[in-house]
Amino acid sequence: MTPASPETPHGLSFGHELPPEDSAAPSKGTIRVLQLYPRDMNIYGDWGNALVLAQRLRWHGYTPELLEYNVGDEFPTGVDLIVGGGGQDSGQLVIQDDLLSRETVLKELAEDGTPMLVICGLYQLFGKFFKTRTGSVIPGIGILDVETQGTDERLIGNVSVASPEFGTVLGYENHSGQTTLGPGVTPLGTTAKGTGNNSSDGQEGARYRNIVASYLHGSLLPKNPALADFLIKTAVERKYGSFTPGTPDDSFAVLAREHAARRPR
Amino acid sequence: MLYFSVPLGKLVRRVSRLRGGGSALPGLVVEKIDPGFMQRTLSTLPLGVAVVSGTNGKTTTTKMVVELLESQGLKVFTNRTGSNFTRGVAAALLGEVDMLGRLDADVAVLELDEAHAVHFVNKVPPRYCLLLNVLRDQLDRFGEIDKTAELLQHIAAKTTGTVVLNREDPRVARIADSLSTGSLSGPEVRYFGLDDSLLSTFPNDDEMRAAPGSPVPPAPAKPAADVVLRRVGADDADFEYDGATVSTAMKLRGVYNIFNAAAALTLARAITGARGTGTDHAGLLTALSNVAPAFGRGESLVVDGLPLELVLVKNPSGFRLGLKSFPAAGYATMIAINDNYADGRDMSWLWDVEFDTLRDGGVDQLTGSRAYDMALRLQYDDVAIGAVDTDISAALAAFIGGSRDKPKRIFCTYTAMLAIRRELSKITTVEVVS
Repeated sequence: MTPASPETPHGLSFGHELPPEDSAAPSKGTIRVLQLYPRDMNIYGDWGNALVLAQRLRWHGYTPELLEYNVGDEFPTGVDLIVGGGGQDSGQLVIQDDLLSRETVLKELAEDGTPMLVICGLYQLFGKFFKTRTGSVIPGIGILDVETQGTDERLIGNVSVASPEFGTVLGYENHSGQTTLGPGVTPLGTTAKGTGNNSSDGQEGARYRNIVASYLHGSLLPKNPALADFLIKTAVERKYGSFTPGTPDDSFAVLAREHAARRPR
Repeated sequence: MLYFSVPLGKLVRRVSRLRGGGSALPGLVVEKIDPGFMQRTLSTLPLGVAVVSGTNGKTTTTKMVVELLESQGLKVFTNRTGSNFTRGVAAALLGEVDMLGRLDADVAVLELDEAHAVHFVNKVPPRYCLLLNVLRDQLDRFGEIDKTAELLQHIAAKTTGTVVLNREDPRVARIADSLSTGSLSGPEVRYFGLDDSLLSTFPNDDEMRAAPGSPVPPAPAKPAADVVLRRVGADDADFEYDGATVSTAMKLRGVYNIFNAAAALTLARAITGARGTGTDHAGLLTALSNVAPAFGRGESLVVDGLPLELVLVKNPSGFRLGLKSFPAAGYATMIAINDNYADGRDMSWLWDVEFDTLRDGGVDQLTGSRAYDMALRLQYDDVAIGAVDTDISAALAAFIGGSRDKPKRIFCTYTAMLAIRRELSKITTVEVVS
């Protein structure tokens, strides 16, 4: 068993940290994972996605380097993988201007094929715009050809998505923005349970280059290891040419998926 | 109509109890046939109505306020059945009024769920309210925490006498700005607060991502608090009020419960202060030291001669505080996670809790409808897992059978806790010790 982290004198901590590394095997390489706005856009377990990427990188034999980018920070260089989450309306207001000021660097990384996972709020802001219920338009950074309209209807509940790339994707949605995809993106999949992007077309999420955008929390990656491994494999291949997977034990993930799939909406 | 509503409601209440039904039906009946019943009855109370709301700690805090006021010789009406919604209050009232609808009490102290509190205060503007915190709880029900803060703000706006606010929760403290205080019509605002040294143990959701050990960002000038929790010891605590610090023994466990004691003390002082006959401070302190945890809130039972503690966990902040308040060393640990409506259906919250404190001893048993979500969460925090069984009765039996020589602790969501209590009463002798 791993000893308690030495950085936390009483074994107590409230900030999120990676568990200590306990592998003696030589690393196959280092992958820099950037969390976008973890301070303001973290409302539905978004740490879970960053933790899963970091731990699975280790289980595959690589060394994760977890970075954070918050409002006003210098944008780090050498980023291999980006993950960003959802916020409340207030959190989105806080990051909005800063995100627009980072449009160029994020667009370059996206067009260059950097794998990215954007959930909920950042999915919307990676799109062209978010039009609020009252009609004001919040510009997005336009990496994704999607538009979002705020509504009074809140879409809440368990979701199951049939994805051509990743099989069944399971998660939980909680949003009032309704997103419509343009011709520049494809959906992540079609919903078998739940609503997804909007209440009319039965699609969920968006795919563009190596970006996966989705409304699903849960957190998304823990119960969808295929998706996590796609992001990891892509990041490693871009950096090192090829990816040699390890053998993560996904038996709990398989059982958690089975039980989650049987839960009511 | 008026003359029949109370006897009829009482009859429905008795019948629905005989049938083992919930507390809502009689409330519904009286609400339908006599919509003014609750407002009319509560308006007769000389010291008015106090509403306690917020995400975490309502039940224990309400219990404390009631016991504090009773120590001052006041007769208190409260919704003890845990029916923290409007119809539940009406049902509880039916049980207490006489056949003519009269309530023999000086003051009502009511625990109300945030959303239901809004309906309640629209019908019955309270003289006092105590707003505890806004945490990430059951977001699938209320949408967002800012929305929850708006609900609490509405409760404060309807309050006619004194609004008691948590100075350390920015979303709650900010409610003061929205009130027309100082004007003749606006309520008075009082705060309860924490010593700076304890702030780091109470992260709000905005500070949650700050690195451990990093300094808490300098807060804007804080208003003076009526009661400040200065120190928490193993079985005692220091509170500061009226310019002096007093130490008192505490039966309550858990630092968050003891912070809520500061909240209860602030409200009780406001109410007894308004009575005009003075406050028996020694009596208040004695009552405070004798308050025992409410049902399932850090409650300690005895199984096989050793303690078994039930710790209710409803949201990330509560779970983190629970892990901090009840150190794992020497205990066998079980975690029971259900995802019924009352628990919250979204499992994302488990990923906002760090489980590193369980790494040394591991977790002996996992159960509940989402036991495997919990197993997956622990796997990613490198916490060893003994066994997983979604069936609560089987898991509980295995847990107790497998750790007979150790004190035990079960972290459980609300409906899992109800199931566990039912099972405990079947498979072993359960003695409630506090």
